[in-house]
This record gives sequence, structure tokens and C-alpha cells, in this order.
Amino acid sequence: MKRLLWPLLVLAALLAVNLFFTPSFFSVEMKEGHLYGSLIDILRFGAPLILVSLGMTLVIATGGIDLSVGSVVAISGALACLRISEDGGVFSAVVLALGLCVLLGLWNGFLVAGVGIQPIIATLILMVAGRGLAQLIADGQIITVNSPSYKVIGGGYLLTVPFGILLVLVVLGVTAFLTRRLALGVLIESVGGNAEASRLAGIRSRGIVITVYAFAALCAGVAGLMISSNVSSADGNNAGLWIELDAILAVVIGGTSLAGGRFSLGGTVLGALIIQTLTTTIYSVGVPPETTLLVKALVVAAVCLVQSPKFRDKVFRRAGPRSSPRPAAEEKVRVTA
Amino acid sequence: MLVVAGLAAATLTACGGSGGGSGSGGGDGSITMGFAQVGAESGWRTANTKSVQESAKAAGITLKFSDAQQKQENQIKAIRSYIQQKVDVIAFSPVVESGWDTVLKEAKNAKIPVILTDRAVDSKDTSLYKTFLGSDFVEEGRKAGKWLVEQYKDAKDPVNIVELQGTTGSAPANDRKAGFQEIIGADPKFKIIASQTGDFTRAKGKEVMEAFLKANPDIDVLYAHNDDMGLGAIEAIEGAGKVPGKDIKIITVDAVHDGMQALADGKINYIVECSPLLGPQLMDLAKKVVKNESVPARVVTEETTFTQEQAKTALPSRKY
Repeated sequence: MKRLLWPLLVLAALLAVNLFFTPSFFSVEMKEGHLYGSLIDILRFGAPLILVSLGMTLVIATGGIDLSVGSVVAISGALACLRISEDGGVFSAVVLALGLCVLLGLWNGFLVAGVGIQPIIATLILMVAGRGLAQLIADGQIITVNSPSYKVIGGGYLLTVPFGILLVLVVLGVTAFLTRRLALGVLIESVGGNAEASRLAGIRSRGIVITVYAFAALCAGVAGLMISSNVSSADGNNAGLWIELDAILAVVIGGTSLAGGRFSLGGTVLGALIIQTLTTTIYSVGVPPETTLLVKALVVAAVCLVQSPKFRDKVFRRAGPRSSPRPAAEEKVRVTA
Repeated sequence: MLVVAGLAAATLTACGGSGGGSGSGGGDGSITMGFAQVGAESGWRTANTKSVQESAKAAGITLKFSDAQQKQENQIKAIRSYIQQKVDVIAFSPVVESGWDTVLKEAKNAKIPVILTDRAVDSKDTSLYKTFLGSDFVEEGRKAGKWLVEQYKDAKDPVNIVELQGTTGSAPANDRKAGFQEIIGADPKFKIIASQTGDFTRAKGKEVMEAFLKANPDIDVLYAHNDDMGLGAIEAIEGAGKVPGKDIKIITVDAVHDGMQALADGKINYIVECSPLLGPQLMDLAKKVVKNESVPARVVTEETTFTQEQAKTALPSRKY
């Protein structure tokens, strides 16, 4: 829990900034029969990023990385919208799109665990080729669909709550159960710690790795459905563009080491919420578009610095008495770096 | 592409046979054009490609077409291969503004005239290309501004405007913003209360508009730099319990099919056209430069504007 302290503080600080500029920021009201407010927006638009980041967390925990999730987002949306525009069967379209995403994830896992290609290269292949595939599916066009039931996934409401948020809660719940109540989480951490040692200890590390890549792609697929359903159209060129980088950032802000091993699902969710809150803040505070990226970079740099025990140690040591022993600090660095 | 080129060649022979001979330049009477397209990134671009291919066929020009998939190096490669093939004229839509001097000099040395379409290059040496055919984005912004001023000419209260900009730093975003500002800036009652980039996409348009709606309770007008962002914003406005086109007036640029549909449905109030159908003008220019006739250095695409009524009549015959 202590690991989550700093991300929580950052999130609180960002929200406080908003309160300063927009006094009504925290008000949540009922409009058109559903919840309406800035906080709901953050959760709703953050939902796809949270999903992608959850998948990314498990991949990173095994010591891997998945750059292809953005392209999978685009493919999923494009295929679903194409099917719906052809015959209108939403359920079959969703199943087909998610099925393809799992296949693509298995392909990534096969390249990494089966063939032994480095994860960053293995998933780079699908990252580049996948966007082409999405454009091929959509024939280079933006496919617009007019299906109220498809619209529900990313833009609809269930019992006044945005459906996307509920979907995230379900995926988060299932993932937390599988990795924290069952042994899967320990197995993933062990593979991430040392794949060869885990294999010798009797863990099927290959199977675990393939599973997490398939899971990451499935999460990305659901996120893709959400993004395209939210605007009732599929944009093969822009949907999920650079979301893989945001997801990796969310995982890192959440305190999971890129070197693999221990991971924190709660931290990842916080990380994704920080990124989305930052985006919303920039819109509502009125930062000029030319400086948006700079502001984002500064905030992210500050977040990373404040999370580094080494940095904190240096700053606080100067300010206060020399209290924290060095070896402990260095050990922590290895966890967060 | 081979099929297209083949068809074009077939038409050419047919034309020659019938003794039309209208406007075919050069010594042997036939023109070959190398066209390096940006890619197929949007419906607009696809319509642009079709227009070029169809009008080449109609004009009896043999077209060699390449798709750069949004990458400058692909486009440079394509232009070099056109130079080697000794085409009569090269036309292309530059992916980015800079870095064209070398390859354009090669074309100039090979005495092949170059026509820029849709997008400009920032090259200081304007002798490297014959002409630039494309939309005037500043004028598009002005047209949007003029309609707005006309709509609110009797209003006394301040008019609160929010703006969804295109991709930061892109020519259409900069120019459409500047042109709009130029017109509405004359009257202090027009106030742009929020302006943010929506990256020309529906998803971003919706997300940014959601934030605008919460931060600014009183929005009268939305000006979006393209239809897609406007379409995304319409969903955000509907989600906030307001009526797009009535509670918030919406002006967009482009006039792609989905945008025209929304205009005809009354959800958008005014669209400034940015036409991709520059094929016929391009072929006319190509014939002139091959014959060494002088052409203006800047040719603006023929474009119009649409109100809701005009959209209803124009929609059935739109090509894109």
C-alpha cells in the first residue's frame, strides 16, 4: 500500500488544481438519465487506457513489453464496425473482433516465448503491420456505424453509470482474482524474476508468457471496441495511436518495474487515472495546444522524480536530518526504476 | 495501378483513333504523369486519389501512381523512379513541408516539370516547381468567420465561441484558425473562450468537447477545423443534454459525406468545403506545363460552402 502513496498524492494534487480553475469540477449530477460531470468523464475516457494498461502490467511483470496494443485497438474497432456495417449483428461482430485480437496476442506470445525474439522487437512487428491491417480492414476509410446496441459498449449507460466503467471494474475484478487469489500472479512474478529458474522449478514459463500476451491483446481489443463505439465509427489510422506508450507510462507510474517481477494492478489503475486526469486538466484549464505536450512532459517528469526513492532521499536529506540508511534506499530503487 | 494505367493507355489510343486530339501536348502527342500520393489515410484522401485517376483517364494522360503511406522517404523514392522513367510531368502532395530541395533539383536537372497538389513545400527556391494547386486554408477560415458574423449581426450579447483545432502545427490548423480570427476579430462581441486541438479525429473531438462543456457552461458556437472533430463534438453536446445546431451552432470545414449528412440532419449549421476533387484542374495544368505554357504560381481549388438547405440537395450527388 505504501507504494501507492505517491501516485495517490499526485492524483489528488491534479484534482485540486482543477478545483482551483473550475469550482464545479467535483459536482456530479444526473442529466438525460445518466451521471454527468468531469469526474465521470475522467473515468469514462480513461477506461480504454486502464484496460490496455492492465494487460500491459502483466506483460511487463513477465519482463516483456507489448508495443502492439495500439494497433490491436485499431484492428478490433475496424473489424467490429466492418461486420456491423455489413450485416448488423453486434454480438457476432464483437466476438469475431475479440477472437482476432486473442489470436494476434497468441502470435506475439509465440514470437516471444516460442521463437525467443526479444519482446520489444516481436511486438514491434505487429505494431507496424497491425495499423496497416486495420487500414486494410477499413479500406482506408472511416467506417461509420449506426447501431444503438454497439454504442452501449463505449458510450452507453447501465443503471446511470457509463457502461465502460462497469466493464473496467469487471476486468479489474477478474484480473485481481486470478492473479491475487489464485497462484497465477505468483507464477507471473516468478517468470518475470527469472524465466529459466522458474522453468527449472517446474513452472511452465512458456505457457505463462503466451497467456499474458493473449490477455494484453484481449484487453486492447475490448478497449478498441470502447473507443470506436464511443464515436460510432472506426478510424484505422488514429484509433489507439500511441496508447501503448501511455499504457507503459501508467504501469511505470503505478510502481511496476520494467525489469519484470513484482507488479501492482492498483498502481496501474492509478497511473492510468493520473494520465487521463492530466489530459482533462489541460483541456479544462485552457493550456494552449502548442504547449500541451511540454506541460504533460513536465508533470510526468515530476511524477517520476517524486516516485524515485533516490531522488527523494537526496532532496529530503538536504532538508532534514540524515535518517534513511543507504542500502535500503538502493534496494527500493531497483523496484521502482 | 497497372490496371488503371492500362485502362488509361487504352482510352488514349481510342481518343487518338477518333481524331479528337484535344489538348494533347508534347512531340509524340501523349503525356505521362507520375503522381506520388500521400497515402490513403482518410476518406478525403481516397476521394482525392479517385479524382486524379479518373480525370487522367478522361484527359487521355497516362498516369503512373504511387502511394507513399504517409512516409516522406517513400515519396522521394517514387519521385526518383519517375525521373528515371522520364515521365513528362510529376505531381505530388508532399507528406511534410520540408526536405524536398534535393529531389526537386534532380527533377529540374532532368527537365521534368513538377506540380504540387493539396499541400505546399517550404522550399525557398520557387523555380523548383511550376505551380501549387490546392485549397486556400486561410480563405476557408475566413468563409467560416463571415457566415458567423452574418448570423449574429443583430445580436447585442457577446457570442461565446469554442474552437476545435486540427493537429497542432499543421498548415490547415494554423491557417483555418488565422482566417477565422481575422474576420471575427473585427467585432469584440465574438469571443473565443476555449481553443484546443482535437487532432482532426472524432474521438479527440468528443473528448475535448466534453471538457469544454464542463468548464464553460455558456457556449454559443463551435468552430471545428474539420467535419470529424465536429461529429465527435456533436455526440458530446447531445450527451450534455443540449441540441447541436440549435443550443450550440456548429461550423466545420471539409464537407465529407458524414459531415454533409449531419448538416442535412440539422446537427451542423454550416460547412466550408475543402474539395479533394482537384483532378480536372490538375490535368489542365499538366497539359499546360508540358507545352511550356505559363501557369500561375498558385492555383486555388474550386470550392464552395454549404448551408443545411444546400446540403439536402447536394447530398445525393456527392462523390465522397
